[in-house]
Parts: sequence; structure tokens; C-alpha cells
Amino acid sequence: MAHSTTHHHESNTKRIWFVFALLSVVTIVEVILGIIKPDFLVDTTFLAMKLLNWIFIILTIYKAYYIAWAFMHLEGESKGLRRAVVWSSIFLISYLMFILLTEGDYIFDVYKNGQVAWDF
Amino acid sequence: MEATVIRTGTEGKTWGGGNEPLKASYGKMMMWFFIVSDALTFSGFLAAYGFSRFKFIDSWPIADEVFNHFPFLHGVDAPMYYVAFMTFILIFSSVTMVLAVDAGHHMKKGKVTLYMFLTIIGGAIFVGSQAWEWKNFIKGEYGAVTTNGGNILQFVDADGKRVAIADFVAELPVTRVANQRNNGIWFTENETVSEYTIEEVKAGFAANENILVRTKIFDENGEKTILSREESISKLNAEAIGVVQGANLTENEYGPPLFADFFFFITGFHGFHVLSGVIINIIIFFNVILGTYERRGSYEMVEKVGLYWHFVDLVWVFVFTFFYLV
Repeated sequence: MAHSTTHHHESNTKRIWFVFALLSVVTIVEVILGIIKPDFLVDTTFLAMKLLNWIFIILTIYKAYYIAWAFMHLEGESKGLRRAVVWSSIFLISYLMFILLTEGDYIFDVYKNGQVAWDF
Repeated sequence: MEATVIRTGTEGKTWGGGNEPLKASYGKMMMWFFIVSDALTFSGFLAAYGFSRFKFIDSWPIADEVFNHFPFLHGVDAPMYYVAFMTFILIFSSVTMVLAVDAGHHMKKGKVTLYMFLTIIGGAIFVGSQAWEWKNFIKGEYGAVTTNGGNILQFVDADGKRVAIADFVAELPVTRVANQRNNGIWFTENETVSEYTIEEVKAGFAANENILVRTKIFDENGEKTILSREESISKLNAEAIGVVQGANLTENEYGPPLFADFFFFITGFHGFHVLSGVIINIIIFFNVILGTYERRGSYEMVEKVGLYWHFVDLVWVFVFTFFYLV
């Protein structure tokens, strides 16, 4: 294939092991936080969500970034492909999450405060 | 033959043919198409999970209490450790996969073979671990009582520690057996009968003074509400209708039935992806051994299954967060 002859591939085993170490450290941090659940992070909320959950979600996206960029080699693809993959997903998923979570919260309110008996 | 050769004057230009859009080969591009659409499917599942969780935000189970098993540590409360182990296995098999791709770029057949093999082993361990996790989830640990309103009541001792139904249930001389086909002419099937009847649980509860009922509603400290002895008795007598051990698609001992449904669907769908990933990896592994890609002059096929394999890992990172951490 033209692909293998036109590109010269540097060996990037070093980077692979670096990313592995990074993902492992982040996972260990997540697990430790999940087990001890520091009171400060649980009691403080930001935008109606516990600080601890914000940390988990941000670390997850951080890990996802490294998996996609280093392992799936998005960093070596053309800008067009990268943007098509990343932005399509981000926009659609954000929209879906926003709609469904807002609606779920609304239904919770109706169950809790409205005239609907569901625990009988 | 001359007549069939068409010259458009665009050879070598953008629309002259022979180009790779976005500088990616056809196969790789289609793999990306598939991955993006599959990512949206998983997002749909996870967003639906989020919806149900927000809907039952004051009564959702605490993951640490549900997934707290570890092999050979029976009865020890070990939250998170096993799923952390599974996550490591999957991340590590992603590393061996990307090392195989890297070795493929340098046409090193031996190294590709070795790393592909390690990737397959990692995937198999992960699927096996998931099966074990499912087994624990389905079997259950403590058991609970179901109520008229579709809620569950769990039991704790005076210190707030969980008590299994089997530990305090009274032996009553009632024997109820599940109906079988040979009991009736028109009879086809019957629900399985739970191990203990609700009367046995009520009698056992009345006889054990130190046991209390725990509802699934969170109190203001973010812990499940424990009722007083009097409240427990009246709640149990007024509302309890059945006993549930473990989980299936219609009821579970952990909390809202939707929790078990989403657990089965999301981890099941992901596990199915891992399983098909392992099978595809095995096929590619044998192709590597047979020298197919050596003859083709390119290991791009390894790269393509690699993309799929990393995607499975990527999805697990999110499932791990939303099912076990948040």
C-alpha cells in the first residue's frame, strides 16, 4: 500500500510506555479518591454536582484524550479527520446529555413535589 | 483499447482519482466511521442511565456496596479493587495492542505476533472478570424485601451493618413449591419461588430485636435512611409483599430495577464488544503468523483492529466512571 511507503514511521515505544504510566497513575488516583471519598470534596458542590464527581469526570476525559491521541493515533491523522471525529462526537453527546439529564431532574421534581403518588 | 482510455485532464489533481480523503486509507476511515457511530450508541446508553439516575437521584444504589467482591476474599468488603484490576487489564492490553501496531510499522513479524498474543490474553481475562462480576451481581449478597410501591427494604443491625435475610429468617412449616407443567393441564410456566417467604422474614424480624429496616432513600448526610424499630415493624407489616435475592431484569435487591437493567445492558454491550474484539484479534493473529501481512507488505490490518480495540478500552473508561465512581 502507498501508505507504508510514503510515511516513515518513527518508533514511539517510549511515548507508549509514558502514556501507559500516565493512565495508570490517573486510574490509581481515581480509585483512591473513590475509596476514601474526602469529606471536603463530597460536601462541596459546584454547579449542583459534588466536587468529587467533577474530578472523576475531568480525569476520565483526560484519560480519553490520551487514549484517542496516543493509542488511536489521532495526533498523527490529518486535521480534518481529527476534527470530524472529535467535534461531531462532542457536540452530539453534550446535547444528548443536556436534554436527558435536565428531563430526568424534572421528572424527579414532579415525583417529589407534584401530585403524583408512586410509593403506595 | 485506445477508445476506453479517458483523459480528463485532472490526473494528479484533487478530483483526479487515486486520492485518499483526509489522508487516511479507505479501511481506516471506515473504521473511524464505525467508531464514531458506536460511540454515539454507547453515549445513548450512558445518557439513558444518567436520565434514570437523575430521576431516582434520592434512591439510587451506592456502587461501593453493590460491587464489593474480590476473588478468594469471601465476605471481605473490598469495594472498587476488582473493577480497578479489570481496568488495568484493559489498559494494559491496549498498550500491547499499540506496541503491536508499532512493531507492524517496522515489519517485525515476531514482535507483532507476541504483542497480539498478549492483547488476546488480556481481553480474555477481562471478559472472564466481567462474567464473574455478573455472577456476583445476579446471585446477590444480603437479600431484600420488596414493597407494594416497587421499592425495596434492606436490613441492618444496630451498628448500621448490613444483615443478610438468611441470618435471621424464621423457619416456618409452610412449604410452597413452584408449579410445574405436570401440576395442571393448561399450565405452562411459573416464576421461581424465592428461597424464603415474606412470612418467614416477618416472623424472623419480629423475633430479632436488634434488626432494623434500611430504606433506599438518602438522608441529608448522603447515607441510606435507617428506620427506628417501631417504624421498621410498621413499614414491614404494611408494605412488604415479597423477598428478592440478587438481581434480574425485573427486580433486584440493590435498588430501583432500572439499576440492574442498565448494568446488564451497558456492561453486557461492552462485554460483547470485548468478546468480538478478542475474536477479531485472534483472526488477525493467525493472519500475522501465516505471513499474510508480510506478503502484503503492510501491517495496516493490525492498525485497524487496533483502533477498534482502543475504542473498547475508551468506552470502558467511561463505563468505569459512571457506574463505579460517580
